[in-house]
Amino acid sequence: MHPANDGPAIRTEQVSRHYQMGEALVRAVDDVTLEVPAGELLALLGSSGSGKSTLLNLIAGLDRPTAGTIFAHGRSLAEMDSQELAQHRSHTVGMVFQAFNLLPRMTLEENIELPLRLAEVNRNERGARVRDALDRVRLGKRLTHRPGELSGGEQQRAALARALVNRPTILLADEPTGNLDSATGEEIMFLLQEINQSLGMTIVMVTHERPLAERFAHRIVLMADGKMVSDGVKP
Amino acid sequence: MKIGDLAELAGRNLREAILRNSLTTLGIGVGVASLVAMLSLGVGLQQLASRRLTRSGLFDAVFVAPKTNFRGFGRAPRPAPSTPEETRPLDEAARQEIARLPKVLEVYPQIRFLTDVHYADKPYATIVAGLPDSARSNGSFDGMQGTFFSGPNADEAILQIEFAKELSDQPSALIGKEIVLRYAERQALEASTGAASSSNGKSKDNSASPGFSIIPRERKLKIIGIVETEPAAGFGGFGGGRVFIPLAVAETLRVAQVNDLRDALREASSKPSYGNLTVRVEKPADVEAVEATIKKMGFSAFSLLDATRNLRLVFMVFDLLLGIFGSLALAVASLGIINTLVMAILERRREIGILKALGATDGAVKQLFFAEAGVMGVVGGMLGVALGWLIGRALTFGTNFYLHRQNLPSVDISSVPWWLMVGAIAFAIVVSLAAGLYPASRAARLNPVEALRYE
Repeated sequence: MHPANDGPAIRTEQVSRHYQMGEALVRAVDDVTLEVPAGELLALLGSSGSGKSTLLNLIAGLDRPTAGTIFAHGRSLAEMDSQELAQHRSHTVGMVFQAFNLLPRMTLEENIELPLRLAEVNRNERGARVRDALDRVRLGKRLTHRPGELSGGEQQRAALARALVNRPTILLADEPTGNLDSATGEEIMFLLQEINQSLGMTIVMVTHERPLAERFAHRIVLMADGKMVSDGVKP
Repeated sequence: MKIGDLAELAGRNLREAILRNSLTTLGIGVGVASLVAMLSLGVGLQQLASRRLTRSGLFDAVFVAPKTNFRGFGRAPRPAPSTPEETRPLDEAARQEIARLPKVLEVYPQIRFLTDVHYADKPYATIVAGLPDSARSNGSFDGMQGTFFSGPNADEAILQIEFAKELSDQPSALIGKEIVLRYAERQALEASTGAASSSNGKSKDNSASPGFSIIPRERKLKIIGIVETEPAAGFGGFGGGRVFIPLAVAETLRVAQVNDLRDALREASSKPSYGNLTVRVEKPADVEAVEATIKKMGFSAFSLLDATRNLRLVFMVFDLLLGIFGSLALAVASLGIINTLVMAILERRREIGILKALGATDGAVKQLFFAEAGVMGVVGGMLGVALGWLIGRALTFGTNFYLHRQNLPSVDISSVPWWLMVGAIAFAIVVSLAAGLYPASRAARLNPVEALRYE
């Protein structure tokens, strides 16, 4: 969990992601230049279709921009082949989704072990790391439960544990409170804040809930129609 | 991903859609079973034929004769050699030399003579043949009435059923009775009178062979067995006999043979000699080398090796055809695998997206689907081998049930050797992996963003 250099954790330079849909050109992300210092909790705020999730996917290396460059700890994602991008997703970033995206047929332990399997971490090391991650999100006693047996908040905490288990330096959270009631959402936000503070982890969070963003994020970037409308420290 | 993790995840995924994957695996199993059953029949029949033919003495024997330019009636003589060479006699020394060759089990002369057998004071003209002791295991005497000779020098006889029927209306009642063998013994004349001795195909005197006399003799023999089939004894063997006696006994009788006349006339051939010898080798594969060595020793040698080669070729084609028919079911089963895995991609689209978001490479996703196809192949292959073996056993059981009702001995018509088991499972895996190729590539190419959006 150590950045490769002392510069920004994430830097995007005039990044665009355009789609051709029939005759129309959709500018999902359009000319976004952004810098996220290491250890910052950044909120990407915007309404539905503003391009914030697309930008998050570009930073995660799940998608490639049609123009511009993204750097993670100074390394250009454009120069990475698909194997290196997979490594980036495995070791540099951890992802949390609005829909939790836990595999329903696996127990919590197995879900959280999955990134370790993919990263070819030794079997005898995995158990301890899984338990650490679950303890961090206060689910240490639910190892053998399946996602269907957990509440929404617990599932999101489990997803958070899965994102942390490979000890990434950047956490990308796409609407992490979107499927939760306000109290549970707040609980998740406290957890993110705690992770940000205790681990010094860079967090980029996509949300459309301004109060949460204003309450927990160090900085809010407002997006609309694929463009960055404002970038500033919260009031 | 490590192989252990890959296999574990593949197994877990397969268990999730247990019914569909079981049916697909069963499809592979049935395909492999048909292949194994077909080939096990081919192999079993080949083994049965080989075993029978080998035991018959046709394919593990070399027939040896002295080199002459006589090629049989109606056939052209051999071209004369450019330099006159002395024909090597097939004598006792040659017999011993051949017997010492590697892979040679035994060397024996062919002793068969037309003579009279007396039973109940009535004479019966018949052919008597000497049987080597090894004939007890060649399969011709399986299921015989009575027993084989108690020893190589026993004064005992085994009758062929047709001849036994001539002697008595109740052939089985002949066992334990005596017959009297009348024969012409060749007795050497004194050397001073220019005599030589020969019997049972071999001269007994090392001096010049100016002549011999024929003495009528009798020998009492106890009937100890009756054989239903006519025992074949291979090329130059004891086939055609109606009364069988131990070869060692036949040799002591010194019965005058046709080649005695030839030996008496040939001044050069002053040493005793055999008309021919049968050489039995350890297994048919040794025939070629032994035959070549004997030829180098200066004798004519023949075998039915070419016939075994043709037999192998016929069975190879037979096996190939059976294999092709058996593989058709496996080809259909491979379509089942493709269908199952393509369906799995559709159902697990989101899961593939999650795996990629968590750091799975395209290769890892491909490997996972490959592993699932491979696991189906392994399980289906093993199931198929077991099923195929059972089908083979059932066919053998059915065949033997029919044979027993016909009072015929049991046979094993199917065989699943280890190479067929391993080969069938390997083939099932290869076919399954080939079937998984397209679905695995498709899964690996899936766009993770689109896959994650999939509900």
